[in-house]
Amino acid sequence: MATKNETTIKAEPGTQEIFITREFEAPREIVFKAFTTPELIVQWVGPCNLTMRLDKFEPKAGGSYRYVHIDPAGNEYGFHGVVHEVLAPERIIQTFEFEGLPETGHVVLETARFEALPGDRTRLTMQSVFQSVTDRDGMMQAGMEYGVKDSYNKLDELLATALVN
Amino acid sequence: MNAYIYICKRSLTYLNKQMRRDVFQAIADPTRREIINMVAFNSLNLNAIADNFKVSRPAISQHIKILTECGLINIKKQGRERYCEASLQQLNEVSKWIERYRQLWEEKFDRLDGLLDKMKNNAAKE
Repeated sequence: MATKNETTIKAEPGTQEIFITREFEAPREIVFKAFTTPELIVQWVGPCNLTMRLDKFEPKAGGSYRYVHIDPAGNEYGFHGVVHEVLAPERIIQTFEFEGLPETGHVVLETARFEALPGDRTRLTMQSVFQSVTDRDGMMQAGMEYGVKDSYNKLDELLATALVN
Repeated sequence: MNAYIYICKRSLTYLNKQMRRDVFQAIADPTRREIINMVAFNSLNLNAIADNFKVSRPAISQHIKILTECGLINIKKQGRERYCEASLQQLNEVSKWIERYRQLWEEKFDRLDGLLDKMKNNAAKE
């Protein structure tokens, strides 16, 4: 029985980067495809409790993308960026911006590297570089907030039913 | 009743956000990170801390002031001495978002595992 592959994260205090690493039981050609095919992306990127809508998705140099997460209450959270490079099957470089922040311009540079491992396996390393330390930490807080907000909505619903009963 | 609870929760979230932003700014400075490391396991008085740095005593005092303001360090008086000790609870706040972010990606990758299995099976059939 194979042990589960771990998702590891490195975000050293006082730095502007986040590294996420994960290995997969598939050759990198296939993993790369799952990252660059619209019909496949929507099947795994959106969080369980949110639906994901792809407004635009052009996985090629000079392309752009925009997607929206929609929570059960109907609130929309938009993300967009431009694609710098799609080098199959080893690298994708793009920008990323979360539209839910109080001001625009907090852009992240994302690089996804796909490394072939023996046994038809792949190691994925995603590097996110923020414009400043506070951007990384502040944006992460904001990003976590909208996940938390969803929990608040669920709590509201629960309270509403409790009060009625 | 719901609106009241909602407003209370929103105020708490705003206050927490403010506190967390200060903590992040505090540890963005390498000298301050060094100070936290020093007092993490031992209380040290201000002079003992300052002796370890080339920068001036007032500069170190300023750093320590910032660290106490965002709750990363507490100052305790013992007689005439003032000792600095780390407040690890605040540092835990910093690591919380990291863990939450990691979990979000773990969920996505778990779904991706399933999708990759399907794709491999389809490829095998062709």
